[in-house]
Amino acid sequence: MAAASITPARASGYLYYRHTLPVRIMHWTNFVALTVLFMSGLHIFNAHAALYWGHSSYSGRPPIFEITAREGVGSGPIGITRVFGREFETTGVLGVSKYPDGQVNQHAFPSWATIPGGYSLPLARDWHFFFAWIFVLNGVAYVLYSLFSRHLMRDLTPSSRELRGIGTSIVEHVKFKHPSGDAAKRFNVLQKLAYLSVIFVLLPLVILAGWAMSPWLNSIVPGWVDILGGRQSARTIHFIVAWLLFLFLAVHVFEVIISGFWNHIRSMVTGRYRINTGI
Amino acid sequence: MTPGDISKRRFLVGAGGVGALLLSGCDRLSETEWFPKVLRTGNTLNRGLHRLLGSRSMAQEFTEAHLSPFFRSNGTSMPEGEEYLALAKGGFANWQLEVGGLVGRPVKLALAELRAMPRRTQITRHDCVEGWSAIGKWTGVPLSSILALVQPQQKARYAVFYCADAMSGGLTPEYYYESIDMDDAMHPQTMLAFGLNGKDLPIENGAPLRLRVERQLGYKHAKYVTRIELVESFAHIGGGKGGYWEDYGYQWYAGI
Repeated sequence: MAAASITPARASGYLYYRHTLPVRIMHWTNFVALTVLFMSGLHIFNAHAALYWGHSSYSGRPPIFEITAREGVGSGPIGITRVFGREFETTGVLGVSKYPDGQVNQHAFPSWATIPGGYSLPLARDWHFFFAWIFVLNGVAYVLYSLFSRHLMRDLTPSSRELRGIGTSIVEHVKFKHPSGDAAKRFNVLQKLAYLSVIFVLLPLVILAGWAMSPWLNSIVPGWVDILGGRQSARTIHFIVAWLLFLFLAVHVFEVIISGFWNHIRSMVTGRYRINTGI
Repeated sequence: MTPGDISKRRFLVGAGGVGALLLSGCDRLSETEWFPKVLRTGNTLNRGLHRLLGSRSMAQEFTEAHLSPFFRSNGTSMPEGEEYLALAKGGFANWQLEVGGLVGRPVKLALAELRAMPRRTQITRHDCVEGWSAIGKWTGVPLSSILALVQPQQKARYAVFYCADAMSGGLTPEYYYESIDMDDAMHPQTMLAFGLNGKDLPIENGAPLRLRVERQLGYKHAKYVTRIELVESFAHIGGGKGGYWEDYGYQWYAGI
């Protein structure tokens, strides 16, 4: 591997089989599916760039979040983002942006952030639903695999001792200090809690809120959508959770970069993670 | 900066480049003939699963307290043409609904005749494909009652709704139309509504008669309905996709 020649010699260390093949396949499948879901979701949002709380959008209350545009005085259109009534000018990114050919785009999210890039609501919906099936089936397979292979209990569930050491772990994270030796074989406690909350809170919630937007699925058990506060609340929750997942991805990639980038990439591709046992 | 950092940076820049390529790849895939068809299978699965879970399920009904202060009008808010204008001026007294196609007994029904039939009122949420919802109180005749009157033939599979509003000003105007299957047509909440929020259906919401098909998105709820035809297939109608928006790529099954 090319990396070996440009990385300082690491005399004592060995490769540890960290990620099984099913986990690696499901990890990357999940990454592709979530990326498409996020970007096609932003496209779908562009069809009506406002969020509400409650059953309907027209209840007499204004939207709680809105991305819009208005004509500027002596300038081009101005992008406006309104959060709980407070206005922010977001020209260039939100509300008003440019297509790759320089044309003005007055959709909420810019074309570089959406799938497809050019506006087509039906096509964005097709992308979204197709990858939603891949994402859900992949997720179900992952949860079943994690239960039966004991991946969940062995690798993801923190012990009570680890939970008590959460303070130390927070300090280590703040100092960007990462475990080495045998400790690096395991996920640390914050990592475990982050993964568990994504797998068992955020992802199920984003799915449930997605289902709650389907009028047909609403009818299966009339009124079930009320547990999320109504259909428009569900749409708002779907949007917020999607961005929380994006935030998770950003932190996840950041941690990967600062804690042994090539090692992590290799371990999620080949399964093998290098454990350094000292200089 | 160590050599490792440089290779890491190169990798990230490379990954960014690959990402950008993949995205333009997504757009290129969208433009092919075959890939959108693959994507559409997702919605076909949705329909299959939804039917399996709730073929006879009922849409949630609300109370007066939930009513939207105004019911948003989308698409056509005033059909063009002298004929519609004249009918509207006369309070739709001369308007008729024509029901035919694969039926034993085609009929023409005046608005007064429809109003005289057993009616149903329901407060439901209208969900637009764009993402917004509004809640309205609809009064009308269940479509199943009208179908009972005309006696559908065995081979009838879809009800097609023809509307009075022309959508585009081409040489030959394209009129709005929609279609639903017989399961939806016979559903107790599927109705032809002539009233909204206790008043006559306003013109902007589809006067004198519009379809309510509560478990599907707004574009299925054809407004300004003038004719219903029962058919075995809609391949020969309009662009062949079963509806005005469907002909422009929208999903025929709009339960999600």
